[in-house]
Amino acid sequence: MWRQLCDRFGMPLGMAVVALMGIWLILMVLLPQWQMIDYSLHPSLLPAEQGGEKDVWTLANYATFFQNEIHLSIFFKTIWSSVLVTALTLAVSYPLAYYLAKVARPGQAALCLLLLIIPFWINEILRTFAWYIIFAFRGPLNELLFALGLIDRPIRFLNGDIGVLVGMVYAYILFMVFPLYNAIESLDRNQIRAARDLGAGWIRTHRRIVIPHAKPGIATGCIMTFMLAAGSYAVPALLGAPGSRWFTQIIYNWFFEGGDWNQGAAYAFLLLALCIVFVTLVMRLFKVGLGDIAR
Amino acid sequence: MNASRWLSLGLRAYLVIFFVYLFLPLVIMAAATFNASRFPTVTPWTGTTLQWFSALWADGGMWDALFNSAVVAVGVLCLAVPIGVASALFLTTVEGRGKSFVYALILSPLLTPGVIIGISTLIFWRGWGLNGGIVLTVIAQSAFIAAYVMLMVTARLQRFDRTLERAALDLGASQWQMFRRVLLPYLRPAILSAAVLAFLQSLENYNTTLFVAGYDTTLTLYIASKVRTGLTPAVNALALIMILFTVAMAMVYEIKRRREARLAVARLAVTDESA
Repeated sequence: MWRQLCDRFGMPLGMAVVALMGIWLILMVLLPQWQMIDYSLHPSLLPAEQGGEKDVWTLANYATFFQNEIHLSIFFKTIWSSVLVTALTLAVSYPLAYYLAKVARPGQAALCLLLLIIPFWINEILRTFAWYIIFAFRGPLNELLFALGLIDRPIRFLNGDIGVLVGMVYAYILFMVFPLYNAIESLDRNQIRAARDLGAGWIRTHRRIVIPHAKPGIATGCIMTFMLAAGSYAVPALLGAPGSRWFTQIIYNWFFEGGDWNQGAAYAFLLLALCIVFVTLVMRLFKVGLGDIAR
Repeated sequence: MNASRWLSLGLRAYLVIFFVYLFLPLVIMAAATFNASRFPTVTPWTGTTLQWFSALWADGGMWDALFNSAVVAVGVLCLAVPIGVASALFLTTVEGRGKSFVYALILSPLLTPGVIIGISTLIFWRGWGLNGGIVLTVIAQSAFIAAYVMLMVTARLQRFDRTLERAALDLGASQWQMFRRVLLPYLRPAILSAAVLAFLQSLENYNTTLFVAGYDTTLTLYIASKVRTGLTPAVNALALIMILFTVAMAMVYEIKRRREARLAVARLAVTDESA
């Protein structure tokens, strides 16, 4: 590898490339993750006790998690809600991505893509805050439903999971639309026409032609959305009630309220492990590799 | 025929609903800026006012946070862009066994939740005596923003015509000159747009920053803390300004794209005539 780099760029530049990547991958990615795992396997000690006889390898931090029913249920609720968010986002994005890729004229599609990006240049907190206003107890949604005569007293949207679900679908939709669009866009229009001419209905055309072709895009979109949803802190903090907490909030509390970093590291690793499992599962299920994801 | 017409009509209706869903929240958020109500809302409308703009202007904490955000974003540019470009050069040059492992490693920050990146950075650097603050925020954000830069630069690098490189070397250029005069100018547009993306990503990042910022509040952290405590429509005024800024940037981009498209068409017409 080193030879190939030097042959193309020469020694100094080759060394610069390797040095920059080394700083990144070793100092900013690998060692920090390793340190986090290491932390999670040690008890929380005072600085004076570190390296002493109490400083042993232990699974106690993980045992805490498996013995705490509330934390367990929040963990599984986070998984389940994130899967739901992912499925909803996919359902909402698919028709749009198909329209942009295969139905709209190129200029139209470019404009729509630009419009799509605008909300995402404004930061996630503000996007979520916008829904906070809408869902407020005396906010516009309740007023509208009231005016239409659908409810006779305001609903506390911010007290359950609805707010979190809607807010998350809104916050992460772009990460689903773009991979889907890229995948569907590369499908030859003639294939769709051929399927239609051979008598396939719309549903069958999508099931047998478009969706199989878009598989890498669907996988990428699902992976990104799930990861963002499971790792989200802002949306549940703003739109969820104190009663419907997210796993990230518990991690945060271990760090900055409980002050037990070792315990927090164990919880963080559980979240990381969950995401790794999900990514591997989706890649197996859709039979795609890492190369397909990054396209 | 009839069925497919209904379908395309349905698709169009869906599109309209979708874009309403996309923009209505932003419109409502912006509109609440002009409501005199102390709590940001549009219902009930208690009177039209511009007072929240001056409230925002007078908010010293916001300006400090904006300054911190700008410093962090510049820092991220200086760190993530060179790293991303170097990785792109590496991936498009090297072939062989270890490559797929390095590739997986490079992509991993994109598939890791932001909170994890923040936490691991915080833990690792504490061992070296570096606590949460602007420097740590730059390091943590760069860890995943570099991967975005890498993807954008790689995409352009893959379309690079290697014969240009060989030609430069055959004509006596050193490898450094080739890089400086041929490869880098070719990559310029990709590097520029990656830099813009990196800047925006840094400005809007919350999850990672939350853990590593220490006492240095960035703009997103400041907005989040405002939303949870002491919420006034001054936050909406800030949101409105950011929306207007974004829309303006999008319009500039669209106008540029259209002009380039027209130029391309004109050029095509000219070459057709001369052929």
